[in-house]
Amino acid sequence: MSAEAVAINMAARASIWLKPHRIVLILIALALVLCAAFFMRWDWLPQYWEMGLIGLWRSLWILAVTCALGFALAVPLGLAQAGGPIWFSAPAKAFCTIIRGTPLLLQLWLLYYGLGSIFPQYPWIRESWLWPYLRQAWPYAVVALTFSFAGYEGEVMRGAFAGVPRGQLEAARAFGMSRWKIFRRIWLPQAFYRALPTLTGETVLQLKSTPLVATISVIDIFAVSSKVRQDTYLTYEPLLLLALIYMTITGILVFVFSRIEARIPVKIG
Amino acid sequence: MELLSPVAPGWGGTLLVGLLHSIEIAVGATCLGLMIGTAGAFGKLYGGPVTRDLLAVYTTIVRAVPELVLILLLYYAGTDLINQMLTAIGYSRVDISGLAAGIFVLGFVQGAYSTEVIRGAILAIPQGQIEAARAYGMSPGLMLRRITLPAMLPFAIPGLANLWLIATKDTALLAVVGFFELTLATRQAAGVTKAYLLFYLAAGALYLALTLFSNLIIGRVEAWSRRGMPSVKEAR
Repeated sequence: MSAEAVAINMAARASIWLKPHRIVLILIALALVLCAAFFMRWDWLPQYWEMGLIGLWRSLWILAVTCALGFALAVPLGLAQAGGPIWFSAPAKAFCTIIRGTPLLLQLWLLYYGLGSIFPQYPWIRESWLWPYLRQAWPYAVVALTFSFAGYEGEVMRGAFAGVPRGQLEAARAFGMSRWKIFRRIWLPQAFYRALPTLTGETVLQLKSTPLVATISVIDIFAVSSKVRQDTYLTYEPLLLLALIYMTITGILVFVFSRIEARIPVKIG
Repeated sequence: MELLSPVAPGWGGTLLVGLLHSIEIAVGATCLGLMIGTAGAFGKLYGGPVTRDLLAVYTTIVRAVPELVLILLLYYAGTDLINQMLTAIGYSRVDISGLAAGIFVLGFVQGAYSTEVIRGAILAIPQGQIEAARAYGMSPGLMLRRITLPAMLPFAIPGLANLWLIATKDTALLAVVGFFELTLATRQAAGVTKAYLLFYLAAGALYLALTLFSNLIIGRVEAWSRRGMPSVKEAR
């Protein structure tokens, strides 16, 4: 692209923001932000920002791990529902229905309080190497969020696997590919491309579910803001900052996924 | 098992009352969300530039911030605002009922999502139908009632049904602000009796039953809203 074209492109982009009513709205928003910065209390920030960073790191870490594990679990779930025999597809369908039909908060409490109260009754669990982990809260949070992501994404992957044209798979078989190779080279990549737009939405939804882990005493960014609220008796400031943080993360996620989506050939199937 | 019996020594009655409160909130929030969503969708499509931008800000922010944070923010901000307004015009402070606050908060969140669903559904109506309505000289109100709303319904029902299911599950979040609904009732019952697993499984079964029952109804409603349209399967 020539320099002139770049300049025109940039001018077109800038003009979207420079319409008169938008300028007024942006000024009003800036004024609101400045009011918030000057008239609200932010003196607690230096004391808590280190804790906040640790909490933020923990939130992001839980998000990344549960999305990765959940997706790994969603692939077999989707595959079993799309093309598996009934003794695979029926349990997979039941799993997805149960996960999607009950609130995540309830699943989380079921695992943490329910299973967590059962485990200590068995001495062989208390003596096993797993016990130091089972006594903490985060493994329950990771398991619950992973199952939730797998349940929702499994349904998406079912549609994606079923949507890959049969001709593609038949052609692969005609080339003499083994079943595993067909899956790895043809079926999974094409299904993944189909599922990618919804994957963005699911990841944002997953981000918005992470604050629930604070209710089972995992100290994520939401728990830090609750602690600030308890310590300083401030209602709005920590919550507003928290909302801003989540909005920023959402923006970054959407941007990154749109970049990945842009790299993928548009016409498929 | 006798812990689940609906009469006094058992906690089944408590759970059922909680379920009733959950359903009340979900119904209220969905109705409020539908009203906000319809108004918002029309504002986004036919409103002036300022209305459109403000609605875009509303839907973007509400959909980007976790429901739990929004619930806390709106719950405190909403009750605070109403009380300040009341004291400003000379009334004494009131306690906002948890039911009203819950419906307002969840309805506000649902409104953002249903705005997008209804906007998409209106855009999916074949343009000719609206042009034909204009050509007949229908007023905007009549066109809305006779053409736009019924014609968009088949496109909007799947999305709105999803929102209803999300609303029933989002009521669980109100447990965090201390509203007595199914999840909090479960927690109390489990805390008293120490039978955690039993009560959480029972509550899960109740939520699941609600979802499956809703799915049945939704299937009927969808078939009704599609009456007279060619089936998708035949079209292929």
